[in-house]
Amino acid sequence: MPLDAAGVHARLTARFGDAVGAPAGTGRDAALTVVPERIAEVCTLLRDDPDLAFDCLSNLSGVDYPKAGHIQVVYHLFSYRHRHWIVLKVNANRDDPVVPTVSTVWSHANWEEREVFDLLGVRFTGHPDLRRLLMPEDWPGHPLRKDFVEPEEYHGIATSRESLLKA
Amino acid sequence: MSLINTAPEMAITAKVDDLLNWTRKSSVWYMMFGLACCAIEMMQTGGPRADLERFGMAPRATPRVSDVIIVSGTLTLKMALRTKLLYDQMPEPKYAVSMGSCANCGGLFQLAYSVCDGVDKVIPVDVYVPGCPPRPEALTEGLVKLQEKIQNERWLVRKSEPVGTRV
Repeated sequence: MPLDAAGVHARLTARFGDAVGAPAGTGRDAALTVVPERIAEVCTLLRDDPDLAFDCLSNLSGVDYPKAGHIQVVYHLFSYRHRHWIVLKVNANRDDPVVPTVSTVWSHANWEEREVFDLLGVRFTGHPDLRRLLMPEDWPGHPLRKDFVEPEEYHGIATSRESLLKA
Repeated sequence: MSLINTAPEMAITAKVDDLLNWTRKSSVWYMMFGLACCAIEMMQTGGPRADLERFGMAPRATPRVSDVIIVSGTLTLKMALRTKLLYDQMPEPKYAVSMGSCANCGGLFQLAYSVCDGVDKVIPVDVYVPGCPPRPEALTEGLVKLQEKIQNERWLVRKSEPVGTRV
């Protein structure tokens, strides 16, 4: 039977208590906020419980919230067996974002976490191969952070170009 | 230089430079360097309708036997370093064609942190083909312009030029 967010939340709180927050949002957008330390265990339960059976990690992304002081990692899950959805959100400290990896739960998370590490600088503990995925290996900083400043040049290549239209 | 009906049956007279250049321009092998959507148009240019083969142009997958590099698509900073490396491996005389807005100046992605604002920041460019992406006709015209440039070069008789200028 497909479960809604409240049903998923009830099953998670039975095991994890306050580590999983109440659902916010409706429908497919309903999201549960999970404390960073427990995310891997929560995801393992979501995958293995036969009533939940979230066998597909649709998306794993990151958002920077400088005013709130945290970087949010967002997990979109889907169950092919039950046809239901859930969104998990994890708020990591912006100064030193550390989140346990879920690549041991869904191997697809391997590259997704590398991308979030590359662009936002979240360190996923337990990740087998945490390297940059998109940017060059010697790139300074994490470009999707709101306070990222583009370098003037990269290996002698200027990163700006004068417009010929200006007088 | 058209030879039809201009020469007697048994003998052709020509300046050595013209003959050399005529043979050179008639077998310009281009290195496939498809980076983005422009590559689709480049493939079409090599296809039966535009048919680059009639100019003696054949696609090559290695820089070591190529005469011209057609940079077709968005050039990221990560790729820019590799582009320089590949261009340096090409034997002289060598040429570069910049195809499309992205390769010309960064195009739509000029302000992006990851994109090199024009391939001319890393290698010297002979022909710029505008368009987003250029149609096969446009690329064909660009390559005909390159042929004209090759035809007008002088190798055996050179006027004295300041050091560093290409004839």
